[in-house]
Amino acid sequence: MKRVVVTGLGCITPIGNTVEQFRDSLNAGCSGIAPFDPNFPGGPPADPGLRFKTTAKVKGFDPVHNADQHLTSGVIVSADTSAQFGIVAARQAAAESGLLLHHDLTAIAIITGCACGGRAADEEANRQLYTRNARVPPTAILRTMASSGTSNIAIELGITGTVLNIATACASGTHAIGLAFHMVRAGIAPAAIAGGYEAPLTFGFLRAWDSMRVVSPTSCRPFALDRDGMTLGEGAAMMVLEPLDAALARGAHIYAEIVGFGMSADAHHITQPRAEGAGLAMRRALADAALSGIDEAARRVGYINAHGTGTPTNDAVEAAAIHQALGDLAPRIPVGATKSLTGHSIGAAGAIEALATILALDAGSLPPTAGVTEVDPGLNLDVIIGEARPLPQNKDLALSNSLAFGGLNAVLAFRRYVS
Amino acid sequence: MDDVESRIIELVAKSKNLTASDVRLDSTFDELQIDSLDKINLSFAVEEMFSIEIPDESLNSLKTVRDVVRGVETLRAAALPDAASS
Repeated sequence: MKRVVVTGLGCITPIGNTVEQFRDSLNAGCSGIAPFDPNFPGGPPADPGLRFKTTAKVKGFDPVHNADQHLTSGVIVSADTSAQFGIVAARQAAAESGLLLHHDLTAIAIITGCACGGRAADEEANRQLYTRNARVPPTAILRTMASSGTSNIAIELGITGTVLNIATACASGTHAIGLAFHMVRAGIAPAAIAGGYEAPLTFGFLRAWDSMRVVSPTSCRPFALDRDGMTLGEGAAMMVLEPLDAALARGAHIYAEIVGFGMSADAHHITQPRAEGAGLAMRRALADAALSGIDEAARRVGYINAHGTGTPTNDAVEAAAIHQALGDLAPRIPVGATKSLTGHSIGAAGAIEALATILALDAGSLPPTAGVTEVDPGLNLDVIIGEARPLPQNKDLALSNSLAFGGLNAVLAFRRYVS
Repeated sequence: MDDVESRIIELVAKSKNLTASDVRLDSTFDELQIDSLDKINLSFAVEEMFSIEIPDESLNSLKTVRDVVRGVETLRAAALPDAASS
C-alpha cells in the first residue's frame, strides 16, 4: 500500500475562487451566504414565492474575460456552469501540483462528484418547450450531463486513464475523493484528480427544496440550539492525489495525507438518516487508516468537519453518530461545519469540505462554524464557534463526513503532514 | 451588406466570442475554428432566427460564412411562394 498525499488544490466557491481566498474566508469565518436576486428567468416578478431568501452563490466567475478562468467558446456553450466550475478548479489543482509533467497521462484517474448535472439548461429548455412548444437546443443534451465536467477536465488536460463521475447526492464529492484515494493507495492509478462540482441554484431547484421544508428562512447554523435548516450553495473543489514518494521525489508541496475512507448505507429511509449508518462509515474510515499505517486512529482525531447541514434532524443524528463512532472521545473532539460559510452545494459539498479539512490541517487552524451563538447542549459536542482555534496538540487526524439523502454515507480521514 | 449577411455574421461572431469585424463572408469554418458541434449550434440558431429548416444533407456542404448566407437566402426564397399562397 502506498501513502497518499495531496499536492494540488483548486476551487471555485461562494467564499473564494482561488484556494488563497477560500482559506482566508475560512479562517475569518466569512460566510458566502447572502440574499439572492428574487427575479428568476420565467419566474414571477419580484416575489418567487419561496420561504427562504438566501443562498450561497459563487461570485466573480467569468470564463470569458478572466484569463485564469478562461474557457473556450465551445466549452462555454456546451458545458453547464457546474461543469465550468469543475474544469477551472481542476486546472488550478493540476497546475499547482505539476502532476501532468510527472505522471503517465494514460493512467492518471479523474474521479468527480456531481449529482445534479446541468439543471439550468434542463429547466430553461423545458420551460420553453412546455410554454411555447419551442425547439430544444442541441446543447441541452451536453449541458445536462452530470459527467460533462469530468469529460472536459480529461479533454483539457489530455488525461486518458480511469475517468468517471459519481452521483450519490450530497456525498458525491466525498465518494469521488475516497475512491480516487483507494485507487492511488493500491497502485491502480499513479495519481488522480478528484473532487466535485455543482451549480444547481435554479428556480425549480429552489422551489423543490422549499417544498421539502428543510431550508433555513435565514441562514444555516449547524449544531446551534436555534438551528432551522440548510442553505443551498454551489461551487467546485478539486485536488491532486499521488503517492508520497512521488511527491517527495520532486519536492512538491504536500498539504496533507489521506489515510482512510469509509462508506456505508443506512438501508432505512430515503430522507430520514440513521446514526448507525453514519457511525459505521466513520468507524470504517478510522479502521481503513490502519492500512495506511495509522495505529489507534480514533485517539488521534483532532477535528471533525461534519456534514452539518443545520437541519434539526441531520445535526442530531450526526452528533449521535459521532458519539457511536468515537465513544468517550467524542465530546472533546472539535467539530465544525463549514456549510455555515459555503452553503450546501450537494454533489460538490464533500469536496469543498475536504478542501476545508485539508487546509485546516495544513495550517493547524480549525475554522469556526459561522452564525452560531449557542450550541445545542443536548448534542454534547465541542463545536467550534466564534473564531478559528488551533488543532489540539498531539492530534494529527481529521475526519470529513458526508451523509447523503438516501442514507449513503462517506467519510474521509486526513492526516496532518509533517516533513 | 444586406440584412441576412449582417445577422449571420453577428451570430457567427457571438458563437465564437468574436467581434463582427473578425468575421468575413469568405471566412471558412476552419479559420473560425467552427467544429462539428459549433456547426450544429450555429445551424440551430440560424433556423430559429430565420424560421427555416436546414436539411441534414445541406449541413455537410457548409464550409464558409457565405455558404450559410446563400443557404438561408435559398431556403427563404423557396418558402416565399408557399407563404404568398397561404
